[in-house]
Amino acid sequence: MTLTERLREKISQAFYNHGLLCASYPIPIILFTGLCIVACCCPLLKLPLPGTGPVEFTTPVKDYSPPPVALDHKPGEPSERPEWYVGAPVAYIQQIFVKSSVSPWHKNLLAVDVFRSPLSRAFQLVEEIRNHVLRDSSGTRGLEEVCLQVTDLLPGLRKLRNLLPEHGCLLLSPGNFWQNDRERFHADPDIIGTIHQHEPKTLQTSATLKDLLFGVPGKYSGVGLYTRKRMVSYTITLVFRRYHANLRARLMLLHPSPNCSLRAESLVHVHFKEEIGIAELIPLVTTYIILFAYIYFSTRKIDMVKSKWGLALAAVVTVLSSLLMSVGLCTLFGLTPTLNGGEIFPYLVVVIGLENVLVLTKSVVSTPVDLEVKLRIAQGLSSESWSIMKNMATELGIILIGYFTLVPAIQEFCLFAVVGLVSDFFLQMLFFTTVLSIDIRRMELADLNKRLPSEACLPPAKPVGRPARFERQLAVRPSTPHTITLQPSSFRNLRLPKRLRVIYFLARTRLAQRLIMAGTVVWIGILVYTDPAGLRTYLAAQVTEQSPLGDGALTPMPVPSGVLPASHPDPAFSIFPPDAPKLPENQTLPGEPPEPGGPAEGAPDSPVPEVTWGPEDEELWRTLSFRHWPTLFIGLYQLPRASLPPQAGDPLLRRDSGVGSVFEAQESWERLSDSGKGGLEEPGDSPPLRHRPRGPQPPALFGDQPDLTCLIDTNFSAQPRLSEPTQPEPRHRAGCSRAREGPGYDFSRLVQRVYQEDGLAPSHSPALRPASPGPGSPPTPEDEGGYPEKGSPSLAWAPSADGSIWSLELQGSLIVVGRSSGRLEVWDAIEGTLRCSSEEVSSGITALVFLDKRIVAARLNGSLDFFSLETHAALSPLQFRGTPGRSSSPASPVYSSSDAVACRLTHTVPCAHQKPITALKAAAGRLVTGSQDHTLRVFRLEDSCCLFTLQGHSGAITAVYIDQTMVLASGGQDGAICLWDVLTGSRVSHMFAHRGDVTSLTCTTSCVISSGLDDLISIWDRSTGIKLYSIQQDLGCGASLGVISDNLLVTGGQGCVSFWDLNYGDLLQTVYLGKNSEAQPTRQILVLDNAAIVCNFGSELSLVYVPSVLEKLD
Amino acid sequence: GPPGSWHHHLVQRSLVLFSVGVVLALVLNLLQVQRNVTLFPEEVIATIFSSAWWVPPCCGTAAAVVGLLYPCIDSRLGEPHKFKREWASVMRCVAVFVGINHASAKLDFANNVQLSLTLAALSLGLWWTFDRSRSGLGLGITIAFLATLITQLLVYNGVYQYTSPDFLYIRSWLPCIFFSGGVTVGNIGRQLAMGVPEKPHSD
Repeated sequence: MTLTERLREKISQAFYNHGLLCASYPIPIILFTGLCIVACCCPLLKLPLPGTGPVEFTTPVKDYSPPPVALDHKPGEPSERPEWYVGAPVAYIQQIFVKSSVSPWHKNLLAVDVFRSPLSRAFQLVEEIRNHVLRDSSGTRGLEEVCLQVTDLLPGLRKLRNLLPEHGCLLLSPGNFWQNDRERFHADPDIIGTIHQHEPKTLQTSATLKDLLFGVPGKYSGVGLYTRKRMVSYTITLVFRRYHANLRARLMLLHPSPNCSLRAESLVHVHFKEEIGIAELIPLVTTYIILFAYIYFSTRKIDMVKSKWGLALAAVVTVLSSLLMSVGLCTLFGLTPTLNGGEIFPYLVVVIGLENVLVLTKSVVSTPVDLEVKLRIAQGLSSESWSIMKNMATELGIILIGYFTLVPAIQEFCLFAVVGLVSDFFLQMLFFTTVLSIDIRRMELADLNKRLPSEACLPPAKPVGRPARFERQLAVRPSTPHTITLQPSSFRNLRLPKRLRVIYFLARTRLAQRLIMAGTVVWIGILVYTDPAGLRTYLAAQVTEQSPLGDGALTPMPVPSGVLPASHPDPAFSIFPPDAPKLPENQTLPGEPPEPGGPAEGAPDSPVPEVTWGPEDEELWRTLSFRHWPTLFIGLYQLPRASLPPQAGDPLLRRDSGVGSVFEAQESWERLSDSGKGGLEEPGDSPPLRHRPRGPQPPALFGDQPDLTCLIDTNFSAQPRLSEPTQPEPRHRAGCSRAREGPGYDFSRLVQRVYQEDGLAPSHSPALRPASPGPGSPPTPEDEGGYPEKGSPSLAWAPSADGSIWSLELQGSLIVVGRSSGRLEVWDAIEGTLRCSSEEVSSGITALVFLDKRIVAARLNGSLDFFSLETHAALSPLQFRGTPGRSSSPASPVYSSSDAVACRLTHTVPCAHQKPITALKAAAGRLVTGSQDHTLRVFRLEDSCCLFTLQGHSGAITAVYIDQTMVLASGGQDGAICLWDVLTGSRVSHMFAHRGDVTSLTCTTSCVISSGLDDLISIWDRSTGIKLYSIQQDLGCGASLGVISDNLLVTGGQGCVSFWDLNYGDLLQTVYLGKNSEAQPTRQILVLDNAAIVCNFGSELSLVYVPSVLEKLD
Repeated sequence: GPPGSWHHHLVQRSLVLFSVGVVLALVLNLLQVQRNVTLFPEEVIATIFSSAWWVPPCCGTAAAVVGLLYPCIDSRLGEPHKFKREWASVMRCVAVFVGINHASAKLDFANNVQLSLTLAALSLGLWWTFDRSRSGLGLGITIAFLATLITQLLVYNGVYQYTSPDFLYIRSWLPCIFFSGGVTVGNIGRQLAMGVPEKPHSD
């Protein structure tokens, strides 16, 4: 034994034990795993959220000077300064904060007039600022020389031309709404209207014009139609190119504010990272789309489990939490992620992959179903252990190679990927395996539940009274040319419970999935649109803000003395309409008479207790939208590049937001009432994208399972019931085996009509016989054997009253019928006469084969009887002597002595199987039997010699196919399909095909077509056993399929038949039969030789002639 | 199958491949020019779509040709590609391809040789992970060679140019990108040639 083999065995053994463990204690293991995940993710809390929100850095205002351009701190020495704090900022921002209260306050003040006086102060203040002259060591300069000069507005903002400054100082105040013209302001009858005229009607994430001009968040400004606050605040925003402090001092002097508790001590430098542009977003979005496609295609492969969606979710959770764990662990050990999380995330997921999870699932579901869950999991794990370990080693090797590229970014990526891979492996082994075991266990329980009622429904004595229905049905419905009304179908009696119907509706429309999908898309859209986390990476601008306000310390500011008035040309001012609403302070004001300071009067009134200044005012600028300043600088103006610092790649913008002066105004205002209405914001809807996921298959109806075992499990020894219709019999096989012509139905009429429709002379027609030996061969209605006696007096022939019909075969004009009493009868289909019968054994005939002149009957006790039919003329070409009136002929069986038909028992195989034979097929001189004892046997037809016993199924055999090329296919209750070589008796391939029983099997020259209880039709490559594709059938139509030619497959649906191109799996055409409203599911389809199709719609048979399809194919 | 249907499939496949090529060209082009992105997205978009309008159609056509060539050569050689033949794997391959481009555009390498070597290793890894067929390798190398030649000629004739060329007139990592692109598109083409795996029954 080589080392590899030993290693392999060890690994396999370890996985086996691990699988046993996982399946035995699922809950504790899942809990443990969850704890591990949480523990590993804990360090993530300490990480700053990735994103491009502004970063702040505070320096004292004293002795401030712009930082040097080049970093000069030593590498080893930890620097207090952030990396971006380099060079001069883009700008300094100073805000002069004006707070005023209205007094006295009447409830019915006009809202418009409340704001008139407070706002008018802005004009005066702006004037003062403009006339301010700075004096420092280098001499005196006007404001124009130190402020940030702006040039043109962006092309899209022409309508704001009057409101925003152009070609001059960037100075913003509410006065800009009126072009800084006091006269205009006083003449304006609707101040609020003017302010709000540019408010966007829709959801807006960036700063609005009002926000910009007022300089405070809308709800703090106190200006608005519904505002019932007495405080009005706004700021005058001034942008400087260079830092200077004495404007503040001057304003302090002009507007002393004794109750100011604030101190300006520090500058806040704000660094804005670059906003991500569309150019950045497109590749990012593309990678995410690819990622989702990958996840979709991967999880779609999860099959044969109880809950596809649950497992898919578990798979995704496994990968995602392994990534989180990876980041968490890396952080724990001191590695700080520098890469952009959002960018590398898709690649990490793709590298780690969902493959192992899928391999595990597939391996587990391929284990034999009849094993215990524990063992299935263990076997599945151990059989894939080697490949999983190999893959993991390979991936680790590749990543290790990547680590040696010595590129820091790649190294970091690799480190994450390695830790991610390991934690992914850990989670797969503990979390996913356990979830899988739970799922498999649930599936078994569900299967068990499903099977029980279906078996219980079978006992033939179960009375189901439907007299009313039968009467209705007896009234003969007018037949359309291709529709023959038949006996009431027992299917009709099946009514779904309401609850189930709702569930089916949900399942059919995949409503839940679509909603979730749409929700996810919307959510991602909103995330991308509004949230910077991980999406916006690059630096657009770095802005430093300076706040001259201290941390609430109370020392008064020293007031510098030198303030020289100087006049300067007014630059154009611009205005943005901001929102205006409530103030946080909600103090009631004493009706103190205010000083009658007119609007024109510049001096602030003496402080009133209501107007207070606190740290919250100082921090007010922080509540501005984080896009406020970027909007101001980038969104509005074409910034002259020259004004940026030399390292233009990372421009710095520094904001000096100082409440340079405390300005208070107290006005008396005596207007009444308010009216009007503010602009309401309409939330913008992002259209949800439609995605149509392939949902889980709708669950099969209990009643619709064509469950073969039921046929056999029925109480066969029970005496035939003649007087009562039996329990609704939904099973296809059962249906066909009990078929029997009913009242008012004349078989020859059906046959004749077929030929008439074909336009063929009846006398020349070949015998009508089933083209395929499929289970649903005879085109006879489903009915009860004993029914005719009761139902109608007008029978074509009388039954022999000794047992219901269990099996039936048709060849030429002869019908062979096997009864539950063990009697074998041969009937003439044209004349309706019993030709001969054989009643030697009393065990019921469960299956029949009628090939050439040989009849083989399989009996309930597992024995096989071989008969040979000796006749003179009966098998000659079909004679049409029947007339439509035949149904009214006397109902007694007639032996025609002229065509003597005798069936002679030639061989008997007494104990062919231990259990009842469920499937019987013959071709190429071989007879194949399938039984409930899980085996198949191959006999030679002529001498009934048993050639092979084929073992390989782990459930009862439900379907068998054999053809002239000696290829044998069998399907069982285990959902598996085996292909055998009849010459050697060896198994060629073994496929797990369906959840639940295989209900029918047929082959063409190149493929195998199977249908199952899961309502799927699967097409397999005949030589390789690889599944080519599968077709989802409507509920209850699982087994309705027929092969018209090697290329053409026909399947039945709800009131329709569909034609498929077998080679490509393309749907060629769907033909609807009859009205949609009364559509019945197609239970069976039988293809006749002349390309006519017989469809069983429950109570109706439809004959569809399809010449067009054939022509098209040729 | 009937010839008409086969023809129809061919057209369909080439259309899909063409659009894949166009989308990839646009996205990857964006990645490449991103470093010089200005602050005004509208203008960036405008320049990207206007300056090199002929690039996406060319890439689309090339993708269609390569994507049809791969399965064709497979069938000529009589060795159908069976390794990891599923859409999930194809998606993975595309993602890795975009990742390689991403790395070439975004990462800071010490020098061009290191960048080129890394990308070459990545491309070979891509082939080994998702293709592993000799025909795929041969075709990929041929495509890389031809495409490099064509770009050299284009740049030589001044149709466009690369910043800091280090391999005659182009960047030395370009052949690696072409190679992995060929493998990726071939992968898609092979998957498309397999046909659609599952069809829903029409309701």
